[in-house]
Amino acid sequence: MFDRDRWQEIFDTLKKNKMRTFFTAFGVFWGIFMLMVLLGSGEGLRKGVSSGMGDMATNSMFMWTQRTTMPFKGFPRGRFYNFNNGDTRAMIDNIAGIEYIAPRIQGYSEEGNNNVVRGERTGAFTIQGDYPAYNLIDPMNVDRGRFVNDNDIAQNRKVAVIGRRVQEEMFKTEENPIGEYLRINGVYFQIVGVVSSRKNDNEAIRDNQSIYLPFTTVQKTYNYGDIVGWYSLTAKKGYSVSDIETQAKALMRKRHSIDPADTRAVGSFNVENEFLKMTRLFAGIAGLIWIVGIGTLLAGVIGISNIMLVVIKERTKEIGIQRAIGARPWTIVSQIITESVFLTTFAGYLGLVAGVGVIELVNNVMKKMGDSAGMFKDPSVSFHVAVSALIILIIAGVIAGIIPARKAVKIKPIEALRYE
Amino acid sequence: MIHIKGLHKSYITGNNSLHVLKGIDLTIAPGEFVSIMGSSGSGKSTLLNILGILDNYDNGDYRLDGNLIAKMSEKKAAAFRNQLIGFVFQSFNLISFKNALENVALPLYYQQVSRRKRNLIAMEYLDRMGLAEWAHHMPNELSGGQKQRVAIARALISKPKVILADEPTGALDTQTSYEVMDILKEVNEQGITILIVTHEHDIAAMTNRIIRLRDGVIAEDIRNGEVKKMKELAFAAAN
Repeated sequence: MFDRDRWQEIFDTLKKNKMRTFFTAFGVFWGIFMLMVLLGSGEGLRKGVSSGMGDMATNSMFMWTQRTTMPFKGFPRGRFYNFNNGDTRAMIDNIAGIEYIAPRIQGYSEEGNNNVVRGERTGAFTIQGDYPAYNLIDPMNVDRGRFVNDNDIAQNRKVAVIGRRVQEEMFKTEENPIGEYLRINGVYFQIVGVVSSRKNDNEAIRDNQSIYLPFTTVQKTYNYGDIVGWYSLTAKKGYSVSDIETQAKALMRKRHSIDPADTRAVGSFNVENEFLKMTRLFAGIAGLIWIVGIGTLLAGVIGISNIMLVVIKERTKEIGIQRAIGARPWTIVSQIITESVFLTTFAGYLGLVAGVGVIELVNNVMKKMGDSAGMFKDPSVSFHVAVSALIILIIAGVIAGIIPARKAVKIKPIEALRYE
Repeated sequence: MIHIKGLHKSYITGNNSLHVLKGIDLTIAPGEFVSIMGSSGSGKSTLLNILGILDNYDNGDYRLDGNLIAKMSEKKAAAFRNQLIGFVFQSFNLISFKNALENVALPLYYQQVSRRKRNLIAMEYLDRMGLAEWAHHMPNELSGGQKQRVAIARALISKPKVILADEPTGALDTQTSYEVMDILKEVNEQGITILIVTHEHDIAAMTNRIIRLRDGVIAEDIRNGEVKKMKELAFAAAN
């Protein structure tokens, strides 16, 4: 197969027809290049959007209190009410399919007030009262130590898990915060863990700026009685979190004397719904990318066949001469095909490298600018997709060359040669 | 060398059938120097195509160097063309992106002769045409006469039995035409059969035999002595 003379011939032909070579190569190069950039951007968009959600359980929901909007049982409209520990019990007892339930409460902190003190350092942070289950529903990375555990809850321990940002503010870089104390709203807590968010944007900032205390400790220490701020909960496998949401809200309305028709009194957010929307969005984006991608590929293929057509037309005379002096038709056709395959592969490879290069460059620049770019993250192209696109283009190049080349070979040499 | 008996050829275009060759009988012995004349449409190009195995025929019998040239695969036809026939064209038909040397060497490439060897042989043939110092020039840097000499060298390199020349002097001025004819004459003297299609009388007169085609049949077949006699007659008439 490898015939030095044949390759020499091919290189000579390509080298001495620079324009022809360039245009053929450029068509392929551009097709692949655009496809790579497009696919990479799509992937970046997908990753960007999905990383906004972190690793939040997709079967989770959140529920909080709002003001009532209808009078009921003698209560006026516009009433405030609170969830309480009894509600937690009632939900566990009455609603089937709850996997984890995490009541939460936000610790007292006046806006703009430095509520956390350590020696000469002070800071204003969000104080959360949490159950261990919370870190299963909306997980964060535990960088050091541990999250709140069951013993903390049972014994009302004064321990704290701090966000990464809290550590940076309250400790020197070389200090180990585990075992140290922070004064939080006037009460000392011992630090048992450091966590960081898996999300990005504002949610990540909020997670990292929070201090997580045992739920029961917060209720007792800051005089909340049995008040619960809001709930996070997840559904067991086989149960729909949307069903649980409906049931929980109905239960809350019953327990707090709210009109069963008052849908706005209990607020909720359902990740399942959100996730479904997101999934549809991704499917839409992927579909669009494929439509545009196939279009680009098609344009590349048409470009190649167009150029091939011109090239073969231009070469009809050359083919005629070669045949008159004794070249077999197959020798000529195979030579042209080898040429075009070599060219498309080479140009396609360059396009691949350039496309991936641009994507990597964007990726690099974005990383340097920090990972707060929001809707766009880690653009990349799957190797399979890239290689299959290249193979499609090469095959297209061969077919685009083979048909007109065969046609050109069928023309009678004398006809091809007679006229200038 | 060439034996043709009852050769017929028609072209079918759509519903029309054009009967171009209507029964040609022709025998050309080895070493002859023949010219074919005729007005356009007389079938001389078609005849040349068939002789050059570039086209097939409908009826009759064509033998080239003892081989029956009937319907055959392109592969076999290409091999015959490569080994038996050398072509020279009116428009030279050199490959424009190859230099003189590479153009001359090309037929040997199709015989799978190594690059070094075929370039050596090609150089020898170019030298014989007096073009050694032009070997590395591209065709567009050569004059018409030089191009035709390169083309003749290319036709000769595969040591063919027959040279088929289609209006070899059609694109050249008189002076250069005569030079090219001199070269062809030399080639002929080495024993290679030469067939020229031309419509210039002075060129035809330099050959040893003139075949005149009219409407697809041979109208006249004049041999050497008669050619000279005609020349004299023409000369006498002119005076």
